[in-house]
Amino acid sequence: MARRGGVLISALGKAGRVALFLGRVLGQAIPSLSHPRLLVAQIYNTGARSLIIVMLCGLFVGMVLGLQGYDLLQRFGSESALGVAAALGLVKELGPVITALLFAGRAGTSLTSEIGLMRATDQLTAMEMMAVDPVRRVVAPRFLGGIIAMPLLVAIFDVVGIYGAQLIGVGMLRVESGSFWSQMQSAVEMRDINEGLVKSLVFGVACSLMAVYEGFHAEPTAEGVGLATTRTVVISAVLTLLFDYLLTAAFMKS
Amino acid sequence: MSNTSRSLEVGTGLFVLLGFAALAFLSTQLPASGLQLHSATDGYQVTARFDNVGDLKVGAPVTMAGVRIGRVTGVSFESSDYKALVTMAIEKRYNQIPEDSDAAIQTSGLLGAKYVGLGAGGSNTYLANGTQIQFTQSALVLENLVNKFFANTAGKKDGDAK
Repeated sequence: MARRGGVLISALGKAGRVALFLGRVLGQAIPSLSHPRLLVAQIYNTGARSLIIVMLCGLFVGMVLGLQGYDLLQRFGSESALGVAAALGLVKELGPVITALLFAGRAGTSLTSEIGLMRATDQLTAMEMMAVDPVRRVVAPRFLGGIIAMPLLVAIFDVVGIYGAQLIGVGMLRVESGSFWSQMQSAVEMRDINEGLVKSLVFGVACSLMAVYEGFHAEPTAEGVGLATTRTVVISAVLTLLFDYLLTAAFMKS
Repeated sequence: MSNTSRSLEVGTGLFVLLGFAALAFLSTQLPASGLQLHSATDGYQVTARFDNVGDLKVGAPVTMAGVRIGRVTGVSFESSDYKALVTMAIEKRYNQIPEDSDAAIQTSGLLGAKYVGLGAGGSNTYLANGTQIQFTQSALVLENLVNKFFANTAGKKDGDAK
């Protein structure tokens, strides 16, 4: 019982430390913009270098949606609704979630290990000694870069996925092209796209924050950096799915 | 500036551009708006007036004998006679459809989408650009049928269940 209480208190303590760290990063976010080159480099690192894997996964997820959606819908004789099923599934759910999981695995881990190694090799301490705030110089640009990159990656994932579903549905399974697009266009509303956008922003904040937090607070050993990287992926994935449920519930039409 | 820094900036610029292009695509192409890409039409236009089109959508197929020969390009309400005016584009190669053919709103499957089915008439003159199809049959509204069915059988069922 006492042990369970200890776990709870340490979890609360961690949540508090992450929140305080978020405040510290946000406080340095605006000043860090005085070096826009640092931010551009981080958008490149987290966004542009994740592009290939995001597009590849988007294509395959879209193609699977085309097959599975067709298999499900043709049982009700409504395979012409394939466009709606694929677009809503991608825009509202699969796009943000899968992109966030890929982001945590591809970009989050590299952020954590990079900052963790800076910590282990005393580079962060050296910056502090030269009166350079490492949060402002190292952490804030990486955090902002992740937040900017995520919605763009999600949008690219969605578009590639929709064309993947079209490739399978219209190209291979011969769903009527006109009804594929027209039903999709009449069923998808702006609020569905906003839902995906809000989700991607929230996931971007959560995944980037966990990556920079774990890296910044990694134990300065090889093992410590490895453990911090693992924690980044696990916590980012759990937070993504948790926030996904909360946001879906919040966006539900009452 | 060194080469690596230049290529980094170009790569980032490309990525951001691609991202915003994708966002623009999502917000203009998915919800129905005036900026649709998938509406290129060739062929000739015919019109038809229906009492009720159900939920016929722009882009829905126009078929004859079950084969697609064109698509619906517009659905609008005619306030002069309280009917729905449906505009259809029919492919050029199907230019020998009798003028007295009839048009019916049909449903693919039980819950599927509405489409327009043409039935051949016997005239020797053919549909051409701007022709209006005279004989039309409205959409079968499932709810009305269900209502009628329950209204007819409600009394019987109460009796059966004691």
